[in-house]
Amino acid sequence: MKKNILIIVFFNFLAIVLFNVFWSDVESSKANTNLVELKQKFSKKKKKIVDHSKFEILQQDFINPTDVTTACISCHQERHHEVMESNHWNWEREEYIEGRGVTYLGKKNIINNFCIGATGNEQACAKCHIGYGYEKNEVFFATEKNVDCLACHNGVDDYIKNGGWGKPNDKVDLKLVAQSVGHTSKANCGTCHFFSGGGNNVKHGDLEVAQLDCSREVDVHMASDGIDLSCTDCHVAENHNIKGKLYSLSSENKNRATCEDCHTSIAHQNDILNSHTKKIACQTCHIPTYAKENATKMTWDWSTAGKLKDGKPYHTEDEMGNHDYLSIKGSFTWEKNVKPEYIFFNGTADHYVFGDKADTLSPIQINTLHGSYADGKIIPVKVHRAVQPYDPENKILIQPYTFNPEKGSGAYWTDFDWVEASRIGQKKLGLPFSGKVDFAKTEMYWPINHMVSPKENSMSCVECHTRASEGRLFQLAGFYMPGRDTTDWLDQAGKWLILLSILGVVTHAIIRVYFKIIN
Amino acid sequence: MKKQVYIYKSFERFWHWAQAALISLLMFTGFEIHGSYKILGFENAVNVHNWSSIALMVLIVFTIFWHFTTGEWKQYIPTLNKLVDQVKYYTYGIFHGHPHPVTKTVRKKMNPLQVITYLGLKLIFIPLMVFTGLLYMLFRFMYGGQLHSIEFFSLDSIAFWHTLGAYFLVQFVIVHVYMTTTGHTVTENIKAMITGYEEIEVEEEKKKEVVEV
Repeated sequence: MKKNILIIVFFNFLAIVLFNVFWSDVESSKANTNLVELKQKFSKKKKKIVDHSKFEILQQDFINPTDVTTACISCHQERHHEVMESNHWNWEREEYIEGRGVTYLGKKNIINNFCIGATGNEQACAKCHIGYGYEKNEVFFATEKNVDCLACHNGVDDYIKNGGWGKPNDKVDLKLVAQSVGHTSKANCGTCHFFSGGGNNVKHGDLEVAQLDCSREVDVHMASDGIDLSCTDCHVAENHNIKGKLYSLSSENKNRATCEDCHTSIAHQNDILNSHTKKIACQTCHIPTYAKENATKMTWDWSTAGKLKDGKPYHTEDEMGNHDYLSIKGSFTWEKNVKPEYIFFNGTADHYVFGDKADTLSPIQINTLHGSYADGKIIPVKVHRAVQPYDPENKILIQPYTFNPEKGSGAYWTDFDWVEASRIGQKKLGLPFSGKVDFAKTEMYWPINHMVSPKENSMSCVECHTRASEGRLFQLAGFYMPGRDTTDWLDQAGKWLILLSILGVVTHAIIRVYFKIIN
Repeated sequence: MKKQVYIYKSFERFWHWAQAALISLLMFTGFEIHGSYKILGFENAVNVHNWSSIALMVLIVFTIFWHFTTGEWKQYIPTLNKLVDQVKYYTYGIFHGHPHPVTKTVRKKMNPLQVITYLGLKLIFIPLMVFTGLLYMLFRFMYGGQLHSIEFFSLDSIAFWHTLGAYFLVQFVIVHVYMTTTGHTVTENIKAMITGYEEIEVEEEKKKEVVEV
């Protein structure tokens, strides 16, 4: 009788435990429904509702690109003012930075460790600007017809802005381009964002031309055999203010495009995986490598620039066909299928601003991403390491004057004179120059957010949960991770405890056997 | 007089061997999670570890119930009586073929050294492992569609105590397995834990007399 009661109690208890375990799985399967809904929502591709080629105002042979803008504005009233509010237009945005206060940061005053900076080199840099005839003065920024609507809305492949100062090439048929306009496409955004830094995938590492047509393995979101999202499906714009930003320029934790915009924050069916989301960003596990199709630039050493062959600049290529030396720029290294580095990030950053003093004992940080275990999440980053011109007396990084096609202009890419190029560059910025050019190591952090892998290719547990030197998170300190971290003395003591127990037991057995034999 | 006596009841044997299997599994997977070796793979190790820990906790709750309903808990009342004799036996007498200082009976299955060891296991090490294990498992937990976190303990200290307990359990298993060979014959104790029967001193006769009177 007692036995039967015991058995009944036992199985009831077991049933309660099992029910609890499976019940939680039923709950989280809702997350999966969400994914199905997402796929259905985004499977409907945007169609052109309006055929601009039929509009009378676009039947003219445009001579100046600004005339196109005037035509656009005549229907799309006030839209240009939205554009003129945006950081795409202004080359800067207003941000509050701890320790600096309200700061205006943008391409006007921010440095990177690729081509270093735009100041003085605008004629070339303006290729990507969404304005015509870029000049750094208030009048330009206030002139409505300078807005280049076509840069983002053209529906053709050959809208090329290499006419100088942001103007299109003379050969571009403006009428044809104007009639082609529509929703922004991957190619519209990619023209600038894929090629930033002067070539495909140079800067970002996770944004490149292959994403126009790639497989799910390369980018599960943008894949042509997958959901085939375009940039603006995630980077949605309201009144031309586009969601999402990159911390090469941004500093504040606002208006970010996140995975949670579409996926729930508890997106897995497995609660052990869900529990990771407290301290780990989705990208960490779901982007095991970046630069999956084409290599990205990992290092740039300006100090080797200026070597000439027969008095002429030259270049060499690595085995992947990327420049590894250019007389005008120095030496580079490129990598493909790169494993990211990992840091804690809380959404705020600081930047090296022209004129900031910096010592060169350790690499100068071009952008500092803030965060710790307490307030941040682990994110993957591409770290670009460079050696770039530095004024050892003023202790500031130098922005050299690089681009001007005319010989004798002092531009480094034509004259190869560091001192002259630095003097002109610093003068344009209004900064002092000692006349001495040294070279300093710098580091720049690029958060990796694209090229998300399908779930079956995402990172396995053991890539992080393994002994320190083997794992991906080996250098991230300040928290305990099972499989990686141990208390050394406890492990030593534990080993001795086990060894001595075995030794004691074996000795005891031997003595027993010995006495048995001699008796 | 000596007789084959049914000393370990069926539940007791089921409990013992189930516990032995689960603790072995927990040890094996636990040290893989700890990073001591790579055999199952981290993910599998974690899953097996978590499932066997749940199974073990179910077993433990049920066994506590069994101990109290059957009165078997009385076996674990510690005593100093003959404790020194028992230690002397293991360090000297056993080598010279001396008899066991304590005779086993149905109501007193364990010698005083065993009582202390198993009581320590039940009151200190198993609770330590269950408590730290639960904290470890629930360090981040889902509740009401939200992710929560235990803030009161750091994962470092939880892992430290769990690992400490694990080393002592390994030591216990090593010594425990060896001690099974110290019965009247080398395999006697193991056989008893399998069949339930062991040849022990019987006091039934006296009892009967009392009943008859």
